[in-house]
Amino acid sequence: MTNTQVPAVRPRPATPPAVAVRPSVRDRGTRLLAALFLAPTVVGIVVFTVVPIIGSIVLSLFHWNVIDPPRFAGGANYRTTFTDSTVLVSFRNTLLFMVLAVALQLLIALALALALNGRMPVWLRSVFRSAFFFPLVLSAASISVVMKYLFNQDFGVVNWAIGLVGVAPVPWLTSEHAAMATVILVYVWQQFGFSFLLFVGGLNNIPKEIHEAAALDGATGLRKHLGITLPLLSPTLLVASVVGIINALQVFEQPYVLTDGGPGDATRTVVMVIYERAFEQLDFGEASAVGVLLFVLIMAVTALQFRLSRRFVHYQ
Amino acid sequence: MSQATPTQSRVRHSLTPWARIAALTVCALLTLGPVIWTVATSLRTPAQSFDLPPQIIPTHPTTAAYRGVFQQIDVWLLALNSTLVTALIAVGQMITAGLAGYAFARLEFRLKKPLFGLVLATMMVPLQVTIVPVFLVLKSMGLTDTLLGLIIPAFPTAFGTFLMRQYFLGMPKDLGEAAMLDGAGPWRIFRSVYAPLATPGLAIVGVLAFNYHWNEFFRPLILETSGQNYTLPLGLVSLQGNLGTGSISVVLAGVVLSMLPAVAVFVVGQRPLREGITSAGVNR
Repeated sequence: MTNTQVPAVRPRPATPPAVAVRPSVRDRGTRLLAALFLAPTVVGIVVFTVVPIIGSIVLSLFHWNVIDPPRFAGGANYRTTFTDSTVLVSFRNTLLFMVLAVALQLLIALALALALNGRMPVWLRSVFRSAFFFPLVLSAASISVVMKYLFNQDFGVVNWAIGLVGVAPVPWLTSEHAAMATVILVYVWQQFGFSFLLFVGGLNNIPKEIHEAAALDGATGLRKHLGITLPLLSPTLLVASVVGIINALQVFEQPYVLTDGGPGDATRTVVMVIYERAFEQLDFGEASAVGVLLFVLIMAVTALQFRLSRRFVHYQ
Repeated sequence: MSQATPTQSRVRHSLTPWARIAALTVCALLTLGPVIWTVATSLRTPAQSFDLPPQIIPTHPTTAAYRGVFQQIDVWLLALNSTLVTALIAVGQMITAGLAGYAFARLEFRLKKPLFGLVLATMMVPLQVTIVPVFLVLKSMGLTDTLLGLIIPAFPTAFGTFLMRQYFLGMPKDLGEAAMLDGAGPWRIFRSVYAPLATPGLAIVGVLAFNYHWNEFFRPLILETSGQNYTLPLGLVSLQGNLGTGSISVVLAGVVLSMLPAVAVFVVGQRPLREGITSAGVNR
């Protein structure tokens, strides 16, 4: 377009203007530069992600404890995982955790984002927004240390607070039923800000005119949200749930610090099992098998979600 | 068209504004409550740390707990380790993501599509699935139980690369074309024209990297076996272990100390951080 009008600004003799405007693949300088620019990222990804994925699959087919030479195991590690009650429970726990944590996280984030979208002073809106997103900048490990005190059965602030309204102390971290709920609460407390920020951005992208038109047609309150806001927000909901699910399936810090997987195996998650098998029991083969299964699970859940979403997600 | 003012035309609610603001305030207090309690308790005497109701404003504020942290663990060493690891990863990611993002956005070369596909695909791979082989790779390089072992594998960032590619794609092409007609080669065009414009995007990558790796727990837990290579989150959890049922306030003082840089980044880098998180959803 522009090259016809360009004054003579000494185009390099080797490259005629037509080539200069769209850098050619044959341009050696460009190719060399691309190779240099990509080298750190691509080499890093190959060495620290691609090779390790293949490595995990290979390792999962061997018995190996680091000390003795690896022995081929075939599917033995997988058979062990399917009969090992701790592994099975960890998958059940992780799936339960995923469903409850993601549902709770999305609901809270959506409610807060909608409430924030109403009329209020600008400074107040930014105070609220910062407050809800603050926990995200803290470390999950140190927050879990704090929460361990807050949820202590005997001297924790949470039991003191519910005692004020006459509720008996709850064994938050020490009973099998309550422990998972507590881990979920702590996780959601720290994570909901992520979905919240996505929703705030998504709501900002909805054209005002659509709501005005709906209001003229008499839509109000809840009906307006269910009929108009949610469908328009559905692409953001999809991203928030996909990211939420992938993160939830990898939960580690909260159960590790709060309960160490207990009581019993009540809060043991898949990643905790990978960690324990590999780095406490030095069973690298089984740890890799569990890792491969987790990978397959994540891929399956994500694929399923995109499948389902085709019916529910509306793009403007 | 409608008479609604811009503020009124936002989503109108069945709740009155005051009820809505009151509900939001309660939620904000619940969100910040644990943090406020942590700071308040860290300033109480050990004897008062179990007090209920919790005093938000300590009656006898003391920094004894903070001195206790310095006695129990080598805070300076942990902070130095954390700073070194986090800063080098942040700078490293800004460089690798800036370069690779530019190549994917503005340079023509063979295999561009498959390579970009490879980078995107690795965003889906959870760290935990690859940790055993990564550990073995690092072991073969002699990098287990070193800070370098934490730093080097974190340099390539699929998300950062993706973000920078979008960022460079958003810049006008004419600038580079004009520079090229002036005789600038591909390196000069990057160095003098596009790289300076990329600073805000690089800031997003840097702040996200800082936040993530300052708080990172899983990789340090696996890689760092001797205390001298611990980072702050590891040191804190071990501090809690040392004390058992001892003084809460010392542990919480440690938590507050480790939070300070994260909070500083939150205050200074709130905007890039928010943009980075939001773009995770918007850029798809």
